[in-house]
Amino acid sequence: MKLYEHAISETVEKIKTKEIKSCEVVQSILERIDNIDKKLNAFITVFHDESVDRAKYIDQKIKNGKPLGALAGVPIAIKDNICLKNKRTTCGSKMLENYCPPYSATVINKLLSEDAIIIGKTNMDEFSQGSSAETSYFGATRNPWNLDRVPGGTSGGSAAALAANETIGSIGSDTGGSVRQPASFCGVVALKPTYGRISRYGLIAYASSLDTIAPFGKTVKDCAILMQVLSGKDTKDSTSVDENVPEYEKLMGNSIKQMRIGLPSEYFSDGICPDVKEAVLKGVKVLESLGAVIEETSLPSLKYGIPAYYLTATSEVSSNLARYMGIHHSHRSKKTKDLIESFKTSRAEGFGPEVRRRIILGTYALSRGYYDQYYLKAQKVRTLIMNEYLNAFKKYDVLIGPVSPFPAFKLGEKINDPLQMYLSDIYTITINMAGIPAISIPCGLSSQGLPIGMQIIGKHFDEGKLLKIASVYEKNCNVSNIIPNI
Amino acid sequence: MKYEVVIGLETHAELDTESKLFCGCSTKFGSEPNTQTCPVCLGLPGVLPVMNKKAFGLSLKTAVALHCEINQFTNFDRKSYYYPDLPKNYQTSQNYFNIGNNGYVDMVVDGEERRINIHNVHLEEEAGKLVHPEASDANYSLVDFNRAGVPLLEIVTQPDMRSIEEVENYMQTLRNILLYIGVSDCKMQEGSLRFEASISLREHGSTVLGNRVEIKNLNSMKAVLKVLAYEMTRQSSLLDDGKEILLETRLWDDVDAVSRRMRTKEDAHDYRYFPEPDLVPFWINQEWIDETETAIPELPVCRRQRFVDELSVSDYDAGILTEDKSLADYFEECVAISQESSKELSNWIINDVLRELNEQKLNVQDFVISPKMLTELVEIKPTIGSSIAKEVFAEMVNTGKSAPVIVKEKDLTQMDDTSELNEIVVKVIEDNPKAVEDYGLGKKNALAFLIGQTMKITKGKANPKILTELFKQRLSSISK
Ligand SMILES: [Zn+2]
Repeated sequence: MKLYEHAISETVEKIKTKEIKSCEVVQSILERIDNIDKKLNAFITVFHDESVDRAKYIDQKIKNGKPLGALAGVPIAIKDNICLKNKRTTCGSKMLENYCPPYSATVINKLLSEDAIIIGKTNMDEFSQGSSAETSYFGATRNPWNLDRVPGGTSGGSAAALAANETIGSIGSDTGGSVRQPASFCGVVALKPTYGRISRYGLIAYASSLDTIAPFGKTVKDCAILMQVLSGKDTKDSTSVDENVPEYEKLMGNSIKQMRIGLPSEYFSDGICPDVKEAVLKGVKVLESLGAVIEETSLPSLKYGIPAYYLTATSEVSSNLARYMGIHHSHRSKKTKDLIESFKTSRAEGFGPEVRRRIILGTYALSRGYYDQYYLKAQKVRTLIMNEYLNAFKKYDVLIGPVSPFPAFKLGEKINDPLQMYLSDIYTITINMAGIPAISIPCGLSSQGLPIGMQIIGKHFDEGKLLKIASVYEKNCNVSNIIPNI
Repeated sequence: MKYEVVIGLETHAELDTESKLFCGCSTKFGSEPNTQTCPVCLGLPGVLPVMNKKAFGLSLKTAVALHCEINQFTNFDRKSYYYPDLPKNYQTSQNYFNIGNNGYVDMVVDGEERRINIHNVHLEEEAGKLVHPEASDANYSLVDFNRAGVPLLEIVTQPDMRSIEEVENYMQTLRNILLYIGVSDCKMQEGSLRFEASISLREHGSTVLGNRVEIKNLNSMKAVLKVLAYEMTRQSSLLDDGKEILLETRLWDDVDAVSRRMRTKEDAHDYRYFPEPDLVPFWINQEWIDETETAIPELPVCRRQRFVDELSVSDYDAGILTEDKSLADYFEECVAISQESSKELSNWIINDVLRELNEQKLNVQDFVISPKMLTELVEIKPTIGSSIAKEVFAEMVNTGKSAPVIVKEKDLTQMDDTSELNEIVVKVIEDNPKAVEDYGLGKKNALAFLIGQTMKITKGKANPKILTELFKQRLSSISK
């Protein structure tokens, strides 16, 4: 087995026991990136020299017998919307093509204090807007399982890099499915946490009330390790929550006997691809065979999810992206001299078509006379959806459904049809609306050999339970052992 | 005037906090441009605001002091507009759940109580400042973000004011309240207190409001009064000519003393308010409101009335004393220490203390003469006389010594021993036969001359009352 193929847990173990050196792991990863990223385009920036230097530093620490962090010497790839001090952080946009933040996100500081190595910044849909990692100014990322297919979005780079063993672990962000859908398309695990579980400080905002930073892992255990590092209240983020962080790894592998699992009929409705439905239901059968109690249920308000989500998200986008007008940190057009003209031209040049579309939609939805009808109504729907989920959790420990109605689609297939593209988020967005956690775990391959993801959804701060069920499932199915051949 | 004027006022007061509203940067005035900034107040990608609890508390205090209904559930909203001095191109402000609504300010106009209703009080962040280069051919402007994110309180009245005098009175009264409760330093020269006015005219007796003109950019009370006078003339002559007043926003040009159109209603901003998702809503519990109420000192209008009713100070003097909270505190401290009449103490403060403070540009808290020292002076005054008391006061200012010490050191106690004085009087009469003769001829200033001579000998310590009596007695016996 090559060093780049290992999971986080194995890598840390081997480095700590001095079986291997961090330098060797980093070297192996960098070579892998050099060899295959031309095909995938998963990275926007790779830190060759810095990673080697840091690996040497960690190795020295080990040699000197200094105390080590939970991620000692492990290369981690970071989605390019998470600020890393003095390193280009682009958000996949021309607008921030040369932007270097003067500070690091809280999650970066947490990773570094656990001795992780930031190996590079990954490609993404521009400002996290898209569902396929195709809207990036730096070109589309491709799916390692099939290079004609998309890796999913918006954290497509982080998912593809991990699936193709270009990194040992990776971090993304999830606003409407942006880690779960690419995880399912690429055959890796991703956990979208409860809103407020992980600090957003330093995450470049797309839709603030829905954005979450989220870990990917080759295994469920890796997700648990990263969750442990990333979770917790941050005084810099008022929306982060001071809630006890359990020891996730200890919860894993325990029995799931008598656990009550609900299957919402809305998650298995008409639009679903038969392969997906079959794979997910097969996964559910496995859990049933392990002692879980399965029952069908219904959450009728979910049908309002797409319009309510896009009204909320685009409204927030129109405000969050207002700061990019070429004055002090973003792209400034060279074509104009007049101030207002400069704002307009800089924005027209700096943003791609999907971002411009969402800014216009959101600006409209918040306009005088429309606020009640659109934004406010969307918030009411949001409350309705959350209450329906919470009601369901009175009866069930978790809910299970697919992550996406279909496996990875072809590049260019939906990019010119925004409505079709938006519909690919149908099973993921309502979870962000409710602020609850959900894990995406591989549950088989389609007839065309593409990964399919199963989604396990829990109530607020119940990440531990999701990790537990996912780990039991993983152990009994060996699904995370299937890797793409690239 | 032929028309009734209807005026409303928005007051922007920078809150007196050490740090900015959403970050730890200093709010100090006058530093080098962009030295008091950080990623948060620069609105860099990825940053989040954290509420300054003190600023929030000061806002609550103001809302309570202005008798507002407190929104126990309060929230912040984003107000969107594009301007290069606004780092995020939205201002985090309040729109849907202001911290306070429906309050009022009571004031005294021509001795009558007058109530101005407050529409709302809300908290928001300051913008930065554009700096335009002096060279006329310069083709750039710079932005200073030191001020960006300073906590700013906005106090909005109903259109309740009916004259420029009322507006002036309201601004003074409000400023006093803000100073009294210690929420803002109200330094207009540093932009801590700014105004926006709205003004419309209508026929007397009409209940319909006329078209309203808003005027922004008013950096002093003087500017407010000037622009309102200007607008009243401009609008009434338009109405006289049968022309319509346009619903518009105008800017005041202090140099040319004119208001100019900034924008009309058609291109009015749509601020697209929506709840700030980066802050959680705030719940103000009753306990917090009660605590705040207790912490609010007696406000100037009430205090002034109490000074008149209980301390026999004239209404005019009470007005002066209560204009500055620390001066009123100083006065009350004196009254508490001393048995002397409060009238006498207030005279000393208004005439002598205030004159010194103005000359030295001092606050009363920093004044060398403490309330205790002033009362000592007033108490010792009967033994030294008024004119020497003034000299002692000056000496106290210069040396910081107490009145009894100065009186003792300089042996200033008044001579009021009749027999001692009599000897001197006899001697003065002997030495000045010409003056005695003049007195006999009925020349009035002869007596003053003789008293002056005596004062010279006694270094001013002779009790003038006794002295006058003695001279009169002796001179009348001579002329007989
Ligand atoms: Zn700051």
